[in-house]
Parts: sequence; structure tokens; C-alpha cells
Amino acid sequence: MEQSTILEMRGITKRFPGVIALNDVNLAVTRGEVHAICGENGAGKSTLMKVLSGVYPHGSYEGEIVFDGEPVEFRGIRDSERKGIVIIHQELALSPYLSLAENIFLGNERSRRGVVDWNKTNSEAARLLRRVGLTEPPDTRVTDIGVGKQQLVEIAKALSKEVKLLILDEPTAALNDEDSDHLLDLIRGLRDDGITSIIISHKLNELEAIADSTTVIRDGRTIETLDMHGAEPVTQDRLIRGMVGRALDHRFPEHTPTIGEEVLRIEDWTVHHPIDRQRVVVRNASVNVRRGEIVGLAGLMGAGRTELAMSVFGRRYGTGVSGRVYKNGEEVDTSTVQAAIRAGIAYATEDRKRYGLNLIDTIQHNVSASALGKVARWGVVDKNVELATAERFRKELAVKSPTVAALVGKLSGGNQQKVVLSKWIFADPDVLILDEPTRGIDIGAKYEIYTIVNRLADEGKAVILISSELPELIGVCDRIYTLSQGSVTGEVVRADATQEHLMHLMTMDKNGTTR
Amino acid sequence: MSTETTPLTGAVEGEATRGSALGSSVRQYGIFGALVVLLLLFQVLTHGKLLLANNVASLFQQNAYVMILAIGMLMVIVAGHIDLSVGSMVAFIGGVVAISMRDMHLPWLLAVLVGILVGALAGAWQGFWIAYVGIPAFIVTLAGMLLFRGLAIVLVGETIAGLPNGYVRISNGSLPNVLGFAGNLDALTLLLGLVGIAAVVFTQLRSRLAKRKHGLHVESLLAFVSKNALVAVAIGALTFVLSLSSGGTPIVLVIVGVLVIAYSFVMGNTVFGRRIYAIGGNRPAAILSGVNTKAIDFSIFVNIGALTGVAAIVTSSRAGAAVAAAGSNYELDAIAACFIGGAAVTGGIGRISGAIVGALIMGVLNMGLSIMAVNPAWQMAIKGLVLLAAVAFDLVNKRRAGTL
Repeated sequence: MEQSTILEMRGITKRFPGVIALNDVNLAVTRGEVHAICGENGAGKSTLMKVLSGVYPHGSYEGEIVFDGEPVEFRGIRDSERKGIVIIHQELALSPYLSLAENIFLGNERSRRGVVDWNKTNSEAARLLRRVGLTEPPDTRVTDIGVGKQQLVEIAKALSKEVKLLILDEPTAALNDEDSDHLLDLIRGLRDDGITSIIISHKLNELEAIADSTTVIRDGRTIETLDMHGAEPVTQDRLIRGMVGRALDHRFPEHTPTIGEEVLRIEDWTVHHPIDRQRVVVRNASVNVRRGEIVGLAGLMGAGRTELAMSVFGRRYGTGVSGRVYKNGEEVDTSTVQAAIRAGIAYATEDRKRYGLNLIDTIQHNVSASALGKVARWGVVDKNVELATAERFRKELAVKSPTVAALVGKLSGGNQQKVVLSKWIFADPDVLILDEPTRGIDIGAKYEIYTIVNRLADEGKAVILISSELPELIGVCDRIYTLSQGSVTGEVVRADATQEHLMHLMTMDKNGTTR
Repeated sequence: MSTETTPLTGAVEGEATRGSALGSSVRQYGIFGALVVLLLLFQVLTHGKLLLANNVASLFQQNAYVMILAIGMLMVIVAGHIDLSVGSMVAFIGGVVAISMRDMHLPWLLAVLVGILVGALAGAWQGFWIAYVGIPAFIVTLAGMLLFRGLAIVLVGETIAGLPNGYVRISNGSLPNVLGFAGNLDALTLLLGLVGIAAVVFTQLRSRLAKRKHGLHVESLLAFVSKNALVAVAIGALTFVLSLSSGGTPIVLVIVGVLVIAYSFVMGNTVFGRRIYAIGGNRPAAILSGVNTKAIDFSIFVNIGALTGVAAIVTSSRAGAAVAAAGSNYELDAIAACFIGGAAVTGGIGRISGAIVGALIMGVLNMGLSIMAVNPAWQMAIKGLVLLAAVAFDLVNKRRAGTL
């Protein structure tokens, strides 16, 4: 069999303001193989695929791409699609109220002089749907089929474009076991038809089952490319070592905790997906946190960490929520945000721009937003007390803005995060849930956030820290729970926490096996 | 809680505070400036007729309904909603009030209360569908627009005339000349003006002292004095002109004035007002901050309903009759006033004072063009262009400031 290289990416470097997302990445994909890319959240996998597909146009990165024997300079998705590279994103991009056939040919309509040829559209769609194993009529609406089948429609859409290289970003993250198996079979079938695939996945057992070779990316660099059929079998251990093999440095402030009584206990917590109500997103999870303790929640994308936190905090996520929440040993009601705040729980969201801040308002008004009653009497806000409070937080948390009259939307990410923290510290909760508090902010600001978190714990707050960065969890937390596919798979105290150990627990499937 | 700041840092920060506060209020001042320019323009174009005492008095009497509706509409718009039903509701409530006086022989003061109550109930009806069922306000109030117009026609037929004198005086009368004249000036109007100036200076002074007590920055004495002087001159000039008019102070001006002061306070200084801005600025974030968005949404519509009741009373009182066709396009006048006054279409931004100035700009345009005997068709076209220009100006401004 001819062993030619279909894709080669050489020396790819992609910078964002203040961050190098990709640093001299090299990737070579052999024609007709299934090539897996794995790495932690934020390692740079998706960025690399966006460079490849032209989402980041030629010129916005350094390095070169050779596809099918010739150098290519894509300026957009349409350029790469014309060459036969199709990317299927994790968030499906189908239009829910259009039919399967309309979706398959969206932007690529079967038409004659601008008039859609419906017979051709539907018959070709039916053929493509059969090829991916779907028997639904082509005029079915997307919203009427499940997520697993929608994924297959995406692939049918890719096939309609004469695809040579298919890129799948976390294709099974939202699928159940049966749908996942079916999808993997399909990818194998496409390989036999000569279509090359790149698959990004967190599920190491899947990679083991399907990949011909695997490239490991860590911190924006290629670490290694492993031949999965080589003399020495590549185990999940081997992959994990590649994914996390990073030294812990002194990026974290020293902290000796003073841990007291249990403050919050979540018991037997189960949450279902808000739309796909059959799907369990969090399964019988039980966690607790004590006074003065910082407890981490570790998990890969889709593990259910944010879903757990947001469903506890006023049922802001999911349906069919069951389980109990105990505060200082007594069961409390957290079924609305107001009730959760009354129970002394605060949740600082991972998406501060969408859910955390009013960007068109001032620092002062954002800081007081969740505890306005504390600066008001008889429903009238004492603006001077409010201003003085906001000024105090601005100084204590070192928000870099000359004044609290500045609009929050104009601050940097790190400073916005400090405003979110100020807002919840001002509400004076007993339990503070921080969801990815250092996402997208620079190292210096991260250190400041860690210091603030430590200080909160020293003041007797119980802190739950959700993070995708294992070094951060190990460097800051006293105890770490691992979640995988909605279940708590482990509880590790700081002394025992290594990245390898955590990654093992985070990649366990729900039956408790890693290999 | 520590509220101490060293005087030094206080002063340094003060500079920056003033800088950005100035930046954010350029648009606010810009609208005041536009009103002044417009006044001067028409004063010239009408050969000095625009600012004749009786014209100024009737400017308020003619436009009181827009200002009252604009107050409620501003709150609705800041929260990210819209209310298309207020025009029809004006006709409907006007009918209810007229019938309660004619057929049920209620004293007119009691009928006024009935009108406000019916408005609040109608608002609650719409607020229920919007806040608790989750139907977009545009649709609910579009339905309301049809519903209340229909009910108005059922109730009123065409016209119910012959409303009591006391009632008619609300919109057409002035405060009684109880204090006689000072020269040829109405003494009561002068007294009100002086009280107004004193009240402004007193509240400003009090806020300045409170800020100083909390160790916060206060503006320089010069800025403070000149700002207050400017306000005093503006109120003084208005007082002087009104005291020359045939009646003195129009009663509706007192109603509008009280509403403006009360609602400016609500929007600027109360928890309720602050939550309206929070909801409009970022609804999901407000929910996650523990704001009961449903209750706030509901209250906003009850509130605009009650204010529409007031507007309905003012309108039917001015006409001396309840008319089934009354109030048509009032919702558009109120919405235009809010947007000219700087409210953001996407919610979260807007001030009562801005909406009032927006209403006055429309009113001055109306009156100036009418005095110049411009064809009503052209008047309408000109008002349309002014609305478009104001919002375009707003958008360009925001883009330049990088907040969009």
C-alpha cells in the first residue's frame, strides 16, 4: 500500500494578544489513516484545526501547510473546503428547522440558474444519508432527530463536498455509547473508502480503538506522534504521560490551610440534559467541602463540572435534577438563585462576559449587583456607601482601573475576573464556587487570583474551584474530585495528587475502567 | 468596612473620575444642547413667537402626555422590552374614566383614581403574559394595541363629551393665582420657581457634603457653583416666562414635574431601578446575581399601565371628552422620545431626563413647525428624520467610543 503523506503542517505558530497558542507545531498525516490528536483542554488542538481549515486565515499565523502535495494558503473555510478539507465542529452547525436535505446542501445548493432542483437535492441527500447509515427521509427536520444522528448528517454534508480530509472535533463528546460506536464504525468505513480523518478526542479508549497514529499536543507544542500499530502497543498510560508530562513550577503562592467543619455537602446529585432529557449529564455525584478548604473539581470537556455547579446554584442548568444539598448539616433549598444565595452559596461563572457581568455598566454597579440590599435602606441605594465599597474592592483586589466609574466592558480579562470576584465576595457567601476563574487571563493576573482565593479560604470560606488546568488544581486545592462523563470517579488529597493520577481518573469510563 | 481614603489618592482619582464621567455623559449633554439649539433656531424662524409666554405654557400642556408615557416607556425599554399598547390604552382608560363620571356619577377625583387603577390592571394583564408566560413584549403589546382599541370603541362609541369642569381643568387650567401678582408676574409661579431652585441647590449641597463625609472625591468648587448657577438660570428663565403667561403655572406641568423627580429618583437611587438596568444590560448575568427578573418585568408593565392611566386622564381632560380614536400613535411618540433621549435599543441604557428632553424636542418641533404653518405631512416627515438622525448619532458615538 502506498504510504504517502496527505497533509503536512510545518512550524505552525499562532499568537493571540499576550498568549502563544501554538508554538512551532508540526503535524504529518498519512493518506488513508485515522489520525488522532489528543491533549488537555487548552493545549491548542482546536486552534491547530482552525489554522488548518482557514478559520484563522493565511498570514495570521507563521509556518506552512502542504496539502495533497502542494503548499496551500487558505483565507477562509470556503478555500479549504474547495480543496476537500471539511471540519465538523463540536457544536453542531446544522440549522434546526431546515430539512436534512436542505442542511446537507446548505451553501452548496443543487440548483439551476438560482432555482433549487428539489428532485436532485432530495435524491442525492437520500444517497448520502444511506451512506452514513441513516434511513430517515431527506425531508425530515433536523430538530426531529437526535444528537447522534445529527452528527451523522454533518458527515453526510461533508461527503457531499467531495471530502478528502475529514476533521472531527470531539465527535462523540455529546453521544451515548451506542451512537458513539456507530460513529466510529462509520469513520472506519470511510477510511476503507480512502477518506483520511483527523479526530480530536478526550476519550482515550476510543483513540486506542480507532486511531492509526496519534499526535500529542501540550501547551501549544507537538510532543510526539505515536504509531498505534507499532511493535510496542500504545497504552492509555503512555498517552497520559505525553499529555501531562510537565513540571510543576512556582506559579502558585504558598498556602497552609486551616480546615474546619463541613460546610456544604451535595449528595446523590443527578442532572439530565435540558433538551435531550434522556441523557444523564451528572450521575449520582456526591461532594463536600469544609470551612477554610479549597476543593477542586477536575474533569475533561463534557465531564459535567459546570453542569453540576450550575444545577446546584438555583437549577440554572438541566432538567430532572435530583439529590440533596446540606449546609452545616441541614438540608437547604437551592432551587432558585435567590434561595441559593440566601443559603450562602455563590457561583462565579466560567463565562464572565455572557453570564457574569453587565459589560455596559460601571465597576461600581457590577460589584454591588448581587448584594444591592447591603448598600441600601428601604429600597434606596446609598450611592456613597456603594461607591466607597467598590473603591475598597478595587484597591484590595488591585483592579487596574483608575476609577470604579469605568465601564467593565473596557477592562482586561483578568480585571474583569477581579470584578466578578469582588461581586461575590461582597455578597459574603459561606461557599464560593469558582468556575474556571483564571481562564483566558495572563500568568501574573492568575497569581493574583490564586492569592485572593487563598485569602478567602483563610477567612473561613469554603471554596470549590473548577478548573481545566491540572497544575492549577494541584497547586491551589487541598482536595480534588475527578469527574468523568458525569460521575465522580475519584477523590484525591493534595499530597497524592499527580497529573498522571488525576488524568487516569478523569479518563475513566463510567464502569470505572481506564484500560 | 473601611471607607477611608487618603485625600491625596482621592484627588488623583477624582481627575480620572471626572474625565470618564464626562465622556459617558457627552451624549446626555449633547441632547440638552440639541434642545437649546432647536429652541433658538425656531425662536429665529418664528420671529420670536415660539417662546411667547402662552406658547411655552401650551408647549407643556400639549406634550404632557408624551412626557408621562415616555417615563414609563423608558423603564420598559431599559429593561429590554417595548410597549406598543399605550396609545390604545389611553383611549380605553379615557373611556372608562368618562363612563365612571357620566354613568356612575363618581366625583372626578375618584374617577382619576379609577383611571390609574384600571391602567395598572391592564398593565398587570400584559405583564403577566410577558413575565410569567414568557411571550415577547412586542407580541403581547401588539395584541394589547388591538385589544384595548377594540374595547375603547365598544365603551366609547365615538365620543363621550361633557366631562365635569374640575376634570377638564387638569389639562387646560393653571394653578390659581392665590398670591396675586408681583408687577405683572404671577406670584405663585415665582414662588414655585424659587422653591425649585432652592431644592436643587440644597440636594446638590447635601450630596456634596455626604460625599466628603465618606472621603469620596467631590468636584471642584468652581464646577459645583457654575453647574448649580446654570440650573438656577434655566429654572429661573422658565419661571419668568410662565409667570407672564395668562394662567401662570399649568397644572399638568406640576404633575409632570412631580413624576419626573420621583421616577428619576427611582431609576437612579433605588434597588428596583438598579435592577432594571441590570436586567437590560445582561439578563442572564442578572438572573445569576439573584435578581428576580420575572417580578421586575411584571412591575415595569404594571407601572407603565398606571402611567398610561395618568396620560389617559390628561388626554381626555385636554379634549374635554373621551374619544375612541384618542391616543393613536402615542406609543410611537413615547418610543421616539426615549430613543432621541439616548436610550439603547438593546436595553440597559437610558435616563428619565433624556426621555423628557427627547419628548420636548419632539414638542418644540411640533410647535415650531405649526407656528410656521408647515404642512402636517411635512411635519411628520421631519420628525421621522430627526428620530433617525438621533439614533444614528448615538450609534456612531458608541462605535467611536468602542463600546459597541
